[in-house]
Amino acid sequence: MIEVHIMAEQVFYGLAILTIGSAIFALESRELIYGAIGLALSMLGIAGFFILLDAPFVAMFQIAVYVGAVAVLVIFTVMLVRTNELFTKREDKNRRIAGIVFAFIFMIVIGLILLGSELSKASIGELKIDNITQKIGGEMLTYYSPAFILLALVLAGSIIGALTLARREDVDNSYERVN
Amino acid sequence: MNELIDYLVVSIVMISVGIYGIIVKRNAIRMIFSIEIIANAVNLTLIAFSRYLSDVQGQVFTLFAIAIAAAEIAVGLGIIIIAYRLYREIDVAEYRSLKG
Repeated sequence: MIEVHIMAEQVFYGLAILTIGSAIFALESRELIYGAIGLALSMLGIAGFFILLDAPFVAMFQIAVYVGAVAVLVIFTVMLVRTNELFTKREDKNRRIAGIVFAFIFMIVIGLILLGSELSKASIGELKIDNITQKIGGEMLTYYSPAFILLALVLAGSIIGALTLARREDVDNSYERVN
Repeated sequence: MNELIDYLVVSIVMISVGIYGIIVKRNAIRMIFSIEIIANAVNLTLIAFSRYLSDVQGQVFTLFAIAIAAAEIAVGLGIIIIAYRLYREIDVAEYRSLKG
């Protein structure tokens, strides 16, 4: 049992480095397409955290949606708008310093608040529920069923909206075959 | 075993990285990356608390949040493509007609 715990500890640190490192790489890489791949790796690290936290169903959902759909969507967009401007532009140096300072202040303040609170001593303990996936399905289809239906409508609306945005009015569509 | 605070610290660091990206970057696609990083950090917090409370509701909320984020990124990228078509530029400083 002790060996398992040591393993979990090392996996945690590895995942933390992978997630945060590739998040920084996604923002700082010279080419945008490498940044998109870095973002996908970061999302994969988050899915690993979900598995460590005994949420395998959500982890699979995360991989399917983020690493599968969103990453591919982002890569296609990057390729569609590929120009020389996509290389990182001259950035305002003052703005950069201000951003780093602000991010550090935020991190330190919120971190100190959390570390000083009772949550820092909270122990996760043993998992007290079983059949997690079954329970998620039950919750979704009973108590949260209105939210579930609304979510389906939101997804349909966003797909229709994205298609409408991408449609071009100025292109002559008489070439399109009508069956 | 890793405790709750470890996951919260990772989440805070990721939120800080996302805030840094939103402040500094002027590339529209990179700003979308920052938004996604922040959304994922929030999901991590939800799952960590769900595990801490041994309650499944946090996971249900996370599933909803992931779906909403996917819808948001689809519309956001569509807007970026159409703005690129109009301005030939994805630097948000050039999108002047959206200013009031």
